[in-house]
Amino acid sequence: MPLEISGLVKRYGRGADAREVVRGLDLKLQRGECFALLGPNGAGKTTTLRCALGLTEASAGHIRLCGLPVPGQAREARARVGVVPQMDSLDPDFTCAENLIVFAGYFGIHEREIRPRVPELLAFAGLEGKETARIQSLSGGMKRRLTLARALVNRPELLVLDEPTTGLDPQARHLIWERLRRLTAEGTTILLTTHFMDEAERLAHRLAILDTGRILAQGSPREVIAAHIEPQVVEVFGDWTEADSAGGSGAAAWAAAHAGALSHRCEISGETAFCYTDDAPPLLAHLARQPGLRTLHRPANLEDVFLKLTGRELRD
Amino acid sequence: MPRSEAPPIPVTAHFAPPRLSLRLVAVWRRNFLVWKKLALPSIVGNLADPVIYMLGLGYGLGLLVPEVEGVSYIAFLAGGTLAYSTMNAATFEVLYSGFSRMHVQKTWEAIMNAPIALDDIVAAELVWAASKSCLAGVAILAVIAAFGFTTSPLALAAIPVVFLTGLCFAALGLIMTALAPSYDFFMYYFTLFITPMTLLSGVFFPQGQLPDSVQAIAAALPLSHAVSLIRPLLLGHVPAQIGLHLGVLALITVLAFWLALGLTRRRLLK
Ligand SMILES: Nc1ncnc2c1ncn2[C@@H]1O[C@H](COP(=O)(O)OP(=O)(O)OP(=O)(O)O)[C@@H](O)[C@H]1O
Ligand SMILES: [Mg+2]
Repeated sequence: MPLEISGLVKRYGRGADAREVVRGLDLKLQRGECFALLGPNGAGKTTTLRCALGLTEASAGHIRLCGLPVPGQAREARARVGVVPQMDSLDPDFTCAENLIVFAGYFGIHEREIRPRVPELLAFAGLEGKETARIQSLSGGMKRRLTLARALVNRPELLVLDEPTTGLDPQARHLIWERLRRLTAEGTTILLTTHFMDEAERLAHRLAILDTGRILAQGSPREVIAAHIEPQVVEVFGDWTEADSAGGSGAAAWAAAHAGALSHRCEISGETAFCYTDDAPPLLAHLARQPGLRTLHRPANLEDVFLKLTGRELRD
Repeated sequence: MPRSEAPPIPVTAHFAPPRLSLRLVAVWRRNFLVWKKLALPSIVGNLADPVIYMLGLGYGLGLLVPEVEGVSYIAFLAGGTLAYSTMNAATFEVLYSGFSRMHVQKTWEAIMNAPIALDDIVAAELVWAASKSCLAGVAILAVIAAFGFTTSPLALAAIPVVFLTGLCFAALGLIMTALAPSYDFFMYYFTLFITPMTLLSGVFFPQGQLPDSVQAIAAALPLSHAVSLIRPLLLGHVPAQIGLHLGVLALITVLAFWLALGLTRRRLLK
């Protein structure tokens, strides 16, 4: 199994200042799958990855990476893993090609062996012909893609990516998604973290939603949606006033007056009411009679689950 | 598995002995490849300052001070110059370049994603800084020989001593690097430690000139041991108490490296 984590606990700080940021986490990756770890800022995603790679010591729990115990044999295990860290850490003293060659050296791969693969690795990252380009001359997206190429120098069994597409434009995100799909098709196991629900829905065979160091939901995107939320959503926004209402107006006032009877659950976020239901027609018929209100009817998605489980408040 | 059944993973003491692997060669090589790109300016940079001081002070003050300990002032100064410039080169490398690789560029973090442990990285930085200071030291030695300030073949034996001196000051400097919140912190190290040590270690004048009360402390400074070895070698004698001086430099290297590694583990692996 590429990665097996059970009962992982991680505390930062000591004594009275100690803070538990991972609180009993279990995770098993199947060979060849793409697994996404979703969670708001500060949920413990990066910490979980650092523990899994043996870059920081867990406070409790068992970890096996590529079949080897961590931290005991973390170094040996990392020889078979590729990592795209959350923060770019390319070597600014080297060109693109040199970055790959020097990094391969850390795996004990000789320059003779890696140099012929450099054009292929750069092409994979959409960086054809950038061999002699300096790191400072690359855009953020190019740096991210070069980091992906760098993570592949050792032909990893498991690729770990911490927010691979944060800060990238749609073109670069689509390129990375396409490449990650290609890698899973070739048998590489992928573990990635992301804030983007569409990224997880598109890429992941399975996912886990993490918050405050605990897994709140786990399974395939479909399973998670089916298990945790009503299938239909009606978003309601616009103007609304009712003669006998208590002076309120807008979608929130409408929701206070009617949503309870017509939907299973309703949440207000800003100017919009999100009504969750198994049976949308009566609600839609009612809404059709409210001229000021506008509606958007759609199937529930992962973002709805995420917001339901982790709340709508800002983190950090 | 329920949490309660999981036995806690033992917390590695940060100050456990180093666990090193040969992969540290790849980290040393990374620094060497960067240096190679700018080797000439780097050597000239490490060479110019001490050579200018040596010639300026040596010829200028040499007019007023005909002889020191039986040799010309400039020949006396040559050994001291080689020793303190080695100290400076090694110290600068681990402080400024090392901090930049550890903290600013996140080079160490990138390397730790490969099968290389922090211990290997810190050890590679230590050996690299000593190597770089030794490369600069050889260049300075060549200038000293070219001017005829040393003529003895024993001067070649100063090269391994220069390397050991580089190791010793690199290890001491790595302690500062592990503790530094920013580059500004290093000013204290230079002002409070390196500069006074340069003046007290017999680089520019014999330690016999110091007040008695200061002499004992001055003789214990690491740079004094380096000077006590390098100067006689350049002048063609076997140094007195050679084992003591080598032993002290080696012991400081080991203890300082162990402390620096523990502090670095505490900083980066928490
Ligand atoms: N080295 C550290 N020392 C102390 N606290 C830390 C350390 N690293 C992370 N934390 C804290 O642990 C919590 C989890 O952080 P972590 O980086 O794992 O979150 P994350 O899910 O990756 O968040 P993000 O989406 O913002 O990257 C945060 O509250 C963070 O402040
Ligand atoms: Mg993170």
